[in-house]
Amino acid sequence: MQTSLFNGVLAWLPNVQLAHFLIVSAILFALGLYGIVTRRNAIMVLMGVELVLNAANINLIAFSRYGGLHASGPALDGQVAAIFVIILAAAEAAIALAIVLNIYNRFQTVNVDEVSSLKE
Amino acid sequence: METFDIVFYIFATLTIVSAFVVVFTKNIMYAAFSLLFTFIGVAALYVLLHADFLAVTQILIYVGGILVLLLFGVMLTNNVVSVDIKTGTLNTIPALVAAAVIVGSLAAVFYMTWSTVGEPATAPTATTRAIGELLMTGYALPFEVASVVLLAALIGAALMARRTRKP
Amino acid sequence: MSADTLVTLSLAVLLLPLAGFVLMMFFGKKLPRQGDWLETGIITIALGIALYVLFQKMTTFAGEVGSLRFTWIDFHEVPGIGPLKIVLGFTIDNLAAIMMAVVMIISTLVHYFSIGYMHDDVRYSRYFGYLGIFTFSMLVIVLADNLFLLYVGWELVGLSSYLLIGHWYEKKSASNAAMKAFITNRVGDLGFFIGMAIMFTTFHTFGLTEIFAGLQSGQMPLGSESWLTVAGVLIFCGAIGKSAQFPLHVWLPDAMEGPTPVSALIHAATMVAAGVYLVARVFPLLTADALMVIAYIGLTTAFISATIAIAQNDIKKVLAYSTISQLGYMVMGLGVGAYTYGFMHLVTHAMFKAGLFLGSGSVIHAMHGAMHHQHDHHTDPQDIRNMGGLRTKMPVTFWAFVIYTLAISGVPLTSGFMSKDGILAGTMAFAGFTGHTLIPIVGFFVAGLTAFYMFRLVILTFLGAHADEKRFAHVHESPKVMIIPLMILAVLSVFVFYSWNPLDASHGWISQALPRPATVVPEHLAATEAAEFAEGVHHAHMPAMLLSLTVAGLGIALAFATYYWKKISADRIATSLAPVHRFLVDKWRFDELYGTVVVGGTLALTRALNWVDSKIIDGAVNGAGWATRGTSFISSRFDALVIDGIVNLSAYLSGFGGLVLRKFQTGKVQTYVLFTVASVLVLYFVFRMV
Repeated sequence: MQTSLFNGVLAWLPNVQLAHFLIVSAILFALGLYGIVTRRNAIMVLMGVELVLNAANINLIAFSRYGGLHASGPALDGQVAAIFVIILAAAEAAIALAIVLNIYNRFQTVNVDEVSSLKE
Repeated sequence: METFDIVFYIFATLTIVSAFVVVFTKNIMYAAFSLLFTFIGVAALYVLLHADFLAVTQILIYVGGILVLLLFGVMLTNNVVSVDIKTGTLNTIPALVAAAVIVGSLAAVFYMTWSTVGEPATAPTATTRAIGELLMTGYALPFEVASVVLLAALIGAALMARRTRKP
Repeated sequence: MSADTLVTLSLAVLLLPLAGFVLMMFFGKKLPRQGDWLETGIITIALGIALYVLFQKMTTFAGEVGSLRFTWIDFHEVPGIGPLKIVLGFTIDNLAAIMMAVVMIISTLVHYFSIGYMHDDVRYSRYFGYLGIFTFSMLVIVLADNLFLLYVGWELVGLSSYLLIGHWYEKKSASNAAMKAFITNRVGDLGFFIGMAIMFTTFHTFGLTEIFAGLQSGQMPLGSESWLTVAGVLIFCGAIGKSAQFPLHVWLPDAMEGPTPVSALIHAATMVAAGVYLVARVFPLLTADALMVIAYIGLTTAFISATIAIAQNDIKKVLAYSTISQLGYMVMGLGVGAYTYGFMHLVTHAMFKAGLFLGSGSVIHAMHGAMHHQHDHHTDPQDIRNMGGLRTKMPVTFWAFVIYTLAISGVPLTSGFMSKDGILAGTMAFAGFTGHTLIPIVGFFVAGLTAFYMFRLVILTFLGAHADEKRFAHVHESPKVMIIPLMILAVLSVFVFYSWNPLDASHGWISQALPRPATVVPEHLAATEAAEFAEGVHHAHMPAMLLSLTVAGLGIALAFATYYWKKISADRIATSLAPVHRFLVDKWRFDELYGTVVVGGTLALTRALNWVDSKIIDGAVNGAGWATRGTSFISSRFDALVIDGIVNLSAYLSGFGGLVLRKFQTGKVQTYVLFTVASVLVLYFVFRMV
């Protein structure tokens, strides 16, 4: 019984194609965005940003593998773009954490909603 | 249903579930560790996409670098001994709506546009050498710019984190 | 060496001030003497190159036009358009070479003058850096061979003008003036932008050469001839803002809040002349109708500001209104078709007006020093009623000032005489061809007014007796670094630099170098043909000269009779014509008019919207009663507004704006992210629907 249910689910799940990767990336993107918007802790916001960047990277690499945008078919340019995204993510994380530390030193908090002196 | 598909579903589930934990857990340490699994899951997806170099880079930089950096941030800005490691949320309802609409519309667009694109004919090859050549030829200028950006980030981060504020 | 080498040299002139700006911003404070020697030295080198380029252009490469172009963006195939490339470039023709030399001469002299004038300013190095970025931006305008780069430079000079007007931003009036200048310019720039967009939509290029070629081949903007006129007038809107033409002239007098050397550089000689330069650049595509609009706008500006200048007592305000008036002259000159003289007036005016401002700077510096010595911080050092008799104390400033004044009044043997005379002859010729006789009549009247108010200024400042004997003892001539630029500008205000014949400039080198360009618009739309017009100017030359000498002489005599010999009492005229005098002192009440119409109109609109809001929220419970009260409230307030003029309208407006915007300005980045995401989603679905 259990085996047949398992087989049924397997049969229901279609074969993996480009769209599957894209949908995973869409879910990751939305989760990351949700994290960015809702979290009060600045470091959690950064984690959300990393999720969004990873979602973008999955997209880039999936298209690099499957083609789909051009008639010319797959090319490695997507992977190169993903490398640049990773490079910039590293730079961004370093800078952002330096900023977070500065904010912590100044306001004694890392909750972004409490750091709103720009409002005045 | 082949091994490829089974592996894909396993890692896709791992990625998404751990990303859910990252976003919804109250404990910042749990979030950081779940992020580790998300990154590993994404790296596995890269492998499935035959992007071997990218997968290794993902593990090295994201897990080895960025995640450790984030953990440092957590440690330096929270009093770990006390219980103040939980974090609050805001804008929950509008964000939930926005995220749902985004997932819905993106998934719909992706599925409708690219559902027919199947496995490409080209045989997968090792990408490291090809990527290296691309970086040194067509993408030489962005590559150099990226190195300058990294240098600037290095100096900037060190300068900002070390600057002591006058009282 | 070829004409293209000149472009490379010009690029060096362009980039040197930018390098100066960067160096001054980052290292200025750490250098000895805050680095004034560095920026000044860089500008001096650039001046040398600019003069060399001008000389080469006028001698070896006369008639050749050098250019340097590069592809900025290549869009490849664009659906519906075909291959699309945005090519930008720099060019050096006679117009650009002369303008570049003018900009560099004034800029260099102002740099030297500033060393003396600003020497103990708090932000000394930053001031010099701003001068550098201004010079760079101005040269971008001058050297651009396409509307796009021109617009970039256009906005950059706006920015540097904003920074320099607000240099003393601790003063509320200075920061307000900076914002007023920026925002007023925005109105004109919008027109320029739309004009540029019309051209781009039709010709798919920003290059002026290509646009002219396209027009010549009979292609019309948006397929209609009237759009050509509209596009020309819209591009001219940019000049209305930048060159402070009616009705956007209100920012220039307020811009005098900036340091005086800045007024000399930006708000007298170069930036405000950029509008005239723009009209000269696009001259071939202007139709006869567009030129008519331009001529009348210039005329109105010249007349209004000349009348205002008579009633002002602030030395810089008088000069500011005289600047607006002279800019009106240049625009009018271009509008009637006297292209050569209009632009020549730009050059000569740049020299003597920069001199007038630097001279007034020297006077203010001396007055300020004397008042500082007496610990008098209440008397206004810029008010000419507090001056008088400065001739004996400041001989160099006085004589230089007199030469400039003679030049602006159009007295023979000065540069101003030749160019102004040319413009007036042009208006007479124009009236002969088209029958618009109002233009020369008002033109000559304004020439007389100019002579009158300029001599009033000289007499009240330098002649007669000083207002306060004790203070007078402490007035001293300015240091050498300030008076040497004054002497140089005085020399440059003499006719020999522009033409060997002091009475007729038509054979001078500028006139030879800048013939009116051939028009590219279809014949039935074009203004009077260049050769025919030149013939008309030639015939009008003699009567125009005699008439302008007469009115200038009358103006000068009247000024002496009123303010020196006191045969005519200015006070009695002022009291007997009190409403007119009041009207002139209040600058034709333009500020009040804009306050009422623009600010008040917006306010009335926001009030109406506010009323609708509270009505809906309250529901229809007390609907009828509230509606009656609300209507009467609004109409009574509106009545009070119209009758009273403005009562703290700007405060109301910002208060209401704050009330609305406070809802969005939470200070939380995440809320902003949410807004952004929501907007993107809305846009996505909107475009899905379409």
